[in-house]
Amino acid sequence: MKIKKAKRDVVVVGGGPAGLAAAVSAKKEGAPQVLLIERGRVLGGILNQCIHDGFGLHRFKQALSGPEYAQRFIDDLESLSIDVMLNTMVLSLDGERRLLVSSKDGLMEIEAGAVVLAMGCRERTAGALMLPGSRPTGVYTAGVAQTLINLQNIMVGQEAVILGSGDIGLIMARRLTLEGAKVKGVYEILPYASGLPRNIKQCLEDYQIPLHLATTVVELHGSSRLTGVTVSRVDEARRPVPGTEEFIPCDTLLLSVGLIPENELSREAGVQIDPTTGGAVVDDTLMTTVPGIFSCGNVLQVHDVVDDVSEEAESAGAHAARYAMGRMSPADTYVQLRAGKGIRYLLPQKVSGQMDFVLSARVTEPMENKALVLRDQNGKGILRKKKIRLHPAVMVRVKVDRDRLKGANRIEMGVE
Amino acid sequence: MVEAALGSQFDCLVIGAGVVGNAIARELSRFRLRVGVVEKELDVGMGTSARNSGVLHSGIHYTPGTLRAELNVEGNSMMEELCRQLKVKIDYIGKLTVAGHEEEIPTLYRLKEQGEANGVPGLEILKPEGMEKLQPGVNGLMALYSPSTGIICPYTFTIALAENAHQNGVSFFLGQEVTGIQKTESGFLVSTRQEKRFSTKVLINSAGLYSDRIARLAGINDYKIYPCRGEYLVLDKRLGHHLSTLVYPAPHKGKAGLGIHLTKTVDGNILVGPSNEYIDSPENWATTGHIMEKLREEGEGLLPSLTTSDIIRSFAGVRPKQNPPEIGGFKDFVIEAREDVRGFINLVGIESPGLTCSPAIATMVRDMVADLLPMEKREDFQPERSGRAKYFHELPAEERADLIGQDKDWGEVICRCEHITKKELIEAIQNPLGVRSISGLKFRARVMMGRCQGGFCLPRIVEILEKEFGYRPEDFFSYKEGSNFFTGYVRQPG
Ligand SMILES: Cc1cc2nc3c(=O)[nH]c(=O)nc-3n(C[C@H](O)[C@H](O)[C@H](O)COP(=O)(O)OP(=O)(O)OC[C@H]3O[C@@H](n4cnc5c(N)ncnc54)[C@H](O)[C@@H]3O)c2cc1C
Repeated sequence: MKIKKAKRDVVVVGGGPAGLAAAVSAKKEGAPQVLLIERGRVLGGILNQCIHDGFGLHRFKQALSGPEYAQRFIDDLESLSIDVMLNTMVLSLDGERRLLVSSKDGLMEIEAGAVVLAMGCRERTAGALMLPGSRPTGVYTAGVAQTLINLQNIMVGQEAVILGSGDIGLIMARRLTLEGAKVKGVYEILPYASGLPRNIKQCLEDYQIPLHLATTVVELHGSSRLTGVTVSRVDEARRPVPGTEEFIPCDTLLLSVGLIPENELSREAGVQIDPTTGGAVVDDTLMTTVPGIFSCGNVLQVHDVVDDVSEEAESAGAHAARYAMGRMSPADTYVQLRAGKGIRYLLPQKVSGQMDFVLSARVTEPMENKALVLRDQNGKGILRKKKIRLHPAVMVRVKVDRDRLKGANRIEMGVE
Repeated sequence: MVEAALGSQFDCLVIGAGVVGNAIARELSRFRLRVGVVEKELDVGMGTSARNSGVLHSGIHYTPGTLRAELNVEGNSMMEELCRQLKVKIDYIGKLTVAGHEEEIPTLYRLKEQGEANGVPGLEILKPEGMEKLQPGVNGLMALYSPSTGIICPYTFTIALAENAHQNGVSFFLGQEVTGIQKTESGFLVSTRQEKRFSTKVLINSAGLYSDRIARLAGINDYKIYPCRGEYLVLDKRLGHHLSTLVYPAPHKGKAGLGIHLTKTVDGNILVGPSNEYIDSPENWATTGHIMEKLREEGEGLLPSLTTSDIIRSFAGVRPKQNPPEIGGFKDFVIEAREDVRGFINLVGIESPGLTCSPAIATMVRDMVADLLPMEKREDFQPERSGRAKYFHELPAEERADLIGQDKDWGEVICRCEHITKKELIEAIQNPLGVRSISGLKFRARVMMGRCQGGFCLPRIVEILEKEFGYRPEDFFSYKEGSNFFTGYVRQPG
């Protein structure tokens, strides 16, 4: 069989919320041929397994379930006749925007005018935590457990401990409880929860599931199936405090200890990765360091709410369309953005100054009654936003007018 | 489980389906003999043979005249042809043994001399320029280069030996733990915890960490195994390109292992390890906090771009040492046809480089069997294992396109980290030995072995096994009894 060849104006990799919004937006911007490639058998990505509600509060002023939220975009996609390849895996991508994809219909080489990367993220696994023990079964990442329970009717265990207070972990604490399992507690190594406050309330407090802060799992027991875990309190440097160990019998450990943007394809194409976000370095058009390759959604930075993902992806999709149609002139100089005091990261990492843009940021620790301040290279204040509460679990999104950047060549955001 | 129509009467019965037992079984399958292999685990190669560095050693480290030295050099030289026949990837990437200090330089010359005495080909002492050409960025004053050092995937090789043996008529009895050996007039009566009985003329003990116990069952009390654990960290493929050859520190006095180092695997990962620690029980494959921390530190020292998310898994192997901890070091392999228990061939203390030696051990044991039984060559021996050495994603694009044309399941990538296809999974599910464990699929198809450790592919694998092979939630287990993945359905399917 021959390797097929094709050309498209915009190719979107990934059919989750980011990819859906990017494809719709690229088409609306006028790109004639938009192709969306998804490795799964349905569109919607991670939203499919999120059968709880709370999606779209911002965008649609309604609490939708994950699949309902996705459906709104899938409907748009269909009405705009955007090409979709399901069950199709992008095997490689190069810096010239050539993709090799595989499906049951064979291999295909696609040349793209512009590419939008929207592959999402994967969960950090037990391996990276180096948990001592004999690697028993019964240890799952929260997202895998969610897929198995919600989509495949498979119960992963009966007595669970949850390590990490990320949102999926909190949601799974509630899910397991509703399905008749006993959740013995959620353990978080940090002195504060890393999931959204509303999830702490609705998923733990409402079900009397204890949350133990500054506590972590230090050992797994059992050599076949998990029989229990040892938990221990940790000091400020996150080191276990000897003498505080406690054995918790359980047959299941769910991990909700962080998400890692899936940038293997991006790296292959030569895209520069920001070590702090784990995602691409982008400018205000969300273009990466490789011309014509854009990035959005969780592959760019891990988001808390899908509404932000859709917004970001629409911007990436529109700019990708303009690039593909030759309507985008690359900036010759950029204003560099830097994270200052109290800020863990800023995105985009550089801006052209030619357009308004949305700045995403995360703070390093919980803070109250502070202001987020943007200053130029001379320390001159450009923008100031008062914040009653700042929390690492809550991404800050700030709209910045291009007028404010006049004369700046470097901007720093800090908490004051 | 695979059981031959021949029943349970054998000419040769092998205890232990590790790399050594399987190599012996395959070698014996060239002859008109009834050969069986009894293994306590539910798959072959679940002991030490799946838990090591996968290095084909050159043979510079062993005292001339010892079995280890001879079998190593011979085994190494047999590997290329054997791996071609068995469709197993092999890469002779060579090794630099590096002197970091002036006082280690004489060691290099001593190793070179020793290696040459053992018949190791191509040894060369290199200065930094020569070292740099082989491994950019390597530090050190001087190095001994051994071009015949190679890498293979130890469990793929162990499985391939078994499958080829099985193809040639060897019966495998998995999940059968030998608990009794009775000497009879014509040979032995072997019984298992699972209440199976076998009779055999020749009995071969290749039970690895339990070889001392099996010997004792046969009335031989000469041996004791001291388990010595080696822990490893497995690193993301992202870092694989950093190693183009193997780099070991020159050995230190008084150390039993070779020192912690980086080893590249044929699949492109890097292993950090192994550590060295005597333990109480032979199958304690736990990894520990303090050792993993040490491995991580050493790994960061050797590979500065290593981050914690590059660590995808840990594992441990256990060396069957014959010397107690207070003596340490190595003692030569025991490979003997017992005079006192006629028909009993005993292999004890087959620690490193047992993987490399395995084909040569097999021919040595074959010759011992030939002294005990008439051996007639089979005309129809099939040395080639069916299948492919390479994973689908390693094939050229045109060849992949052709395969998808033949079977659409080649086109569905189910494991996104390792790009494993549905066809490869199905072939693993239908493996000739009839293994049903999930770890069996890992070791055969490499699913769940990548950086997400099954995060993405496990649900799809579960779905395929349920829908296409009739599995129920309780049928999913990792590799041994009780290692169940699931506790049932969320709701009884209506
Ligand atoms: C940390 C480490 C690193 C190593 N690195 C290398 C290397 O790089 N290169 C190299 O050449 N070698 C290496 N080795 C050595 C090599 O792995 C071993 O020599 C080899 O795997 C031994 O194979 P085996 O078949 O003798 O043992 P095993 O693989 O342990 O097989 C023995 C089998 O017997 C079975 N068994 C035991 N008792 C019973 C019973 N009662 N009834 C039925 N079955 C039973 C066990 O379940 C097991 O499957 C390493 C070893 C270790 C521990």
